[in-house]
Amino acid sequence: MSFQEHEKQHIEKNVNRKLTDTELQILAAEWSEHCSYKSSKKHLRMLPTTGPNVIVEKGYDSGVLDVGDGYVVTVHIESHNHPSAVEPFGGAATGVGGVIRDILSAGTRPIALFDGLRFGNIENDAHARWLFKNAVSGIADYGNCLGIPTIGGEVEFDECYKNYALVDVAAVGFGKKSKLIKNHANVNDLVLLIGGSTGRDGVGGSQFASDSLEEENRSAVQIPDPFIEKLIIEAILECRDANCINAMKDLGGGGLSCAISETAESLGIGIELDVKNVHLRESDLLPDEIMISESQERMLVISDPNNLSKINEICDKFRIQCSVIGTVKEDKMMHVKNGDETLALLPADFVARGPLVDREKSKPEYLSKLPSFPSSKSEIPLSDILLKLLSSPNIASKHWVFRQYDHEVGIRTVIKPGFDGSVLRLDNGKSLSVKIDGNPKHCYIDPRQGAIGCFEEACRNVVCTGATPIGMVDHLQFGNPEDPEIFWTFMESIEGITDFAKFLDVPCVGGKVSFYNETSEGPIKPTPLIGVLGLIEKSPLLPTPPTNDDVILVVGETKDELGGSEYYEYIHNFIGGVAPKVDFSESKKNMKSVLSLISKNLVKSVHDCSKGGLAIGISELCIFGKIGCKIDLSTSLSSEKMLFSESHSRYILVANKNNLDDIKSILSGDECSFSEIGIFSGDQIIFESASNSILELRVDKAENNYLNSLGKIIQNG
Amino acid sequence: MKVGVIVFPGSNCDRDMHHVLTDVFNLNAQFFWHEKNLPHDIDAVVLPGGFSYGDRLRAGVIAAHSPIISDVKKLAEKGIPILGVCNGFQILVESGLLPGVLLKNESLNFMCEWTNLIVNNNQTPFTNKLELNQKIPIPIANGEGRYFVDDESLSELKKNNQIVFSYENKVNGSISQIAGVCNSDGNVVGMMPHPERAAEKAINQIDHKPSSLIFESLIETVGMKN
Repeated sequence: MSFQEHEKQHIEKNVNRKLTDTELQILAAEWSEHCSYKSSKKHLRMLPTTGPNVIVEKGYDSGVLDVGDGYVVTVHIESHNHPSAVEPFGGAATGVGGVIRDILSAGTRPIALFDGLRFGNIENDAHARWLFKNAVSGIADYGNCLGIPTIGGEVEFDECYKNYALVDVAAVGFGKKSKLIKNHANVNDLVLLIGGSTGRDGVGGSQFASDSLEEENRSAVQIPDPFIEKLIIEAILECRDANCINAMKDLGGGGLSCAISETAESLGIGIELDVKNVHLRESDLLPDEIMISESQERMLVISDPNNLSKINEICDKFRIQCSVIGTVKEDKMMHVKNGDETLALLPADFVARGPLVDREKSKPEYLSKLPSFPSSKSEIPLSDILLKLLSSPNIASKHWVFRQYDHEVGIRTVIKPGFDGSVLRLDNGKSLSVKIDGNPKHCYIDPRQGAIGCFEEACRNVVCTGATPIGMVDHLQFGNPEDPEIFWTFMESIEGITDFAKFLDVPCVGGKVSFYNETSEGPIKPTPLIGVLGLIEKSPLLPTPPTNDDVILVVGETKDELGGSEYYEYIHNFIGGVAPKVDFSESKKNMKSVLSLISKNLVKSVHDCSKGGLAIGISELCIFGKIGCKIDLSTSLSSEKMLFSESHSRYILVANKNNLDDIKSILSGDECSFSEIGIFSGDQIIFESASNSILELRVDKAENNYLNSLGKIIQNG
Repeated sequence: MKVGVIVFPGSNCDRDMHHVLTDVFNLNAQFFWHEKNLPHDIDAVVLPGGFSYGDRLRAGVIAAHSPIISDVKKLAEKGIPILGVCNGFQILVESGLLPGVLLKNESLNFMCEWTNLIVNNNQTPFTNKLELNQKIPIPIANGEGRYFVDDESLSELKKNNQIVFSYENKVNGSISQIAGVCNSDGNVVGMMPHPERAAEKAINQIDHKPSSLIFESLIETVGMKN
């Protein structure tokens, strides 16, 4: 525990006495980067956060979107990177638990989980495989037990995560607008701690997460208990239905310190609490440890004293503990007592609003040194390249992962994992489409365009299901922000995301920043992750396998943008070149036009064209339909660029021949760039250029590599 | 017709089952917390899936000692149709209402995937509208779904026609690919796959009719009796 010079000055300026040890512990937790966002808070304000669907209330930990007919959807994203790198099973599981409680705090039932996982090279690194396997098990164990389906996500492997792990979890909730918790408190209301007991696990977790991972600190990792979490969810929702909750907050990073100070600050109240009343797992826990323990499965609830007996009755039914730990005061102070002894007495806003810092930024030197293209030309036949790409762990089917997640429970999952966006049916007849995307390879080469690209890709994916994007969440993961070059990449990303969000009019309804993601080999590549929620008014476009004679069109332009592509990195082991850029007006036009084709029932399916380029997008469709295709690629670009460039704003359309004229006239009318490139037929994936075959691959061979590679690496590795 | 859906601490398919019984099949389904009693005039009981008691010790073993199980046993003796799905099946096995045990899947992993069931017994209250050997596309979602009995019990099961469903393909290492069994009277049925996840077109794009017949069989059975 240590404070920086400006923090010491801030304390001296505001508090006219020596701080107690407890106060120092509380401030150290709350003012950590993890809790205070001291490096990023100023800049996050640039993101657009309002829109026609957004509902804003005090103290919500999740974004709330109105989906009509009296219903709301909530969303939040969190990561648990440091803990998962030390103890992947527990770290990933508790990451799931935390984000679910953020959804619950708004008074909504969690209905779906998504996770973005990133590890080192699992093909040659046994430790990376161990981290990957156990993080997946941790997520499965927790989410499955709760009965919340994990319905989508992404998995990526890159050397920059060697000995490290990024575990990002997004959760979606659903509920009635009238049942949202309207956070408020009256003087003399009771402050309750409901759920698991407080122990020594996770003590100092947020400070641990606010530093580079130099040594493994196991005691800072929390222990998961999904059974308790399930009971808390049901108990809290019963309390909500009985109108017993005035305000609510999850206990996450910074434990009680954070939850108490932030609740008091956001509601403009004071809270007096006695640590003696906190139910403990270990009787000898010290008061300071009680205040900063990050033990899981705990909720802070503020209720009217008249509702206490009802809350106790509900908690008794579920056999979970509820302790009255404090009361609401008028004085806006955070007052921590141990019996009669005062341990801490500070203004809540002083605690909750840690002093922010201005970080220096400078363009990283490496960017000007990146080579433009590989020095040697590849002699490998294109069909072998495609076959190899299909088995790349970054491209191959993630079936091995999502079969371990219960993705059906809740019986809302209309479009299951493994396609573009996943789709949930809602109680008002509408559907919600969700996708999360990241791309550190693009972001490393161009942090601004890379971040915009992740955002656009997530939008494209929900558009493929027929959904209109209505909100987004961002999770910005970088190395040490004190390094000006890293801070520059952070600023580029957030500015890019802001520009695109404003242009599309898609508000940011939640997010998180995670710094200090450093490994022994250096910082991770910039890894912003964007989750997009789309709403479907009628029915979604269900994935339908292509059949013989279906035509294939590509909307959007394939450009000379191989930088950061899977082709360059996996085949050529080359980092450099020009990363894809999003042309804002092309992006918007294509989204709008594709949505109108879907609403007019003119297309059989729409597939996003992204990692691995057109060659992979088309192959995935062939594998899905167990059918070959014949594609003509005659353009001015070279074959490798046409096949593997990862240019944005592209959609692969599959349609019945009879609809071709209508489709073309709509796309031309909307001034979209598009081309009819071929048909499905036979049992070979065939690409031609100027009537010469340049690539031929049997679909069954492609399928075998695509479906089985990931499982084989895990089994044989 | 009144159907009881039992809720144990950690049940998580109770609301799904309730939705299908009420909103899809227009039955009067009610939740019963595991510490409550079941009414004597109830027409059928469903033990839904989930992770009762977090699967501690062994899936279903703690819930099998819940107070409500003694009521379930009494109703079972009276011939009332009782269905256990997934964790509900595990609880029925642990409480001795059904033979056999459910072990960890051969893959040692949780498995959530769509599979085909084959109907082996269409004489139970939950299968009488299905054809013998009819295929049911349906999802499984479990970590401990591998059915096992010793050789002697297996021949008993076969002799008494107690194998209700089997998997079309090898899925999890279940003995004789068994997916669901019934008691010797045929009124208590347990199955690992989830019919409540397959009985609506919106979430089962393959074919939702076969799973619907499981619920329609129950309606037929109880309807005839009343």
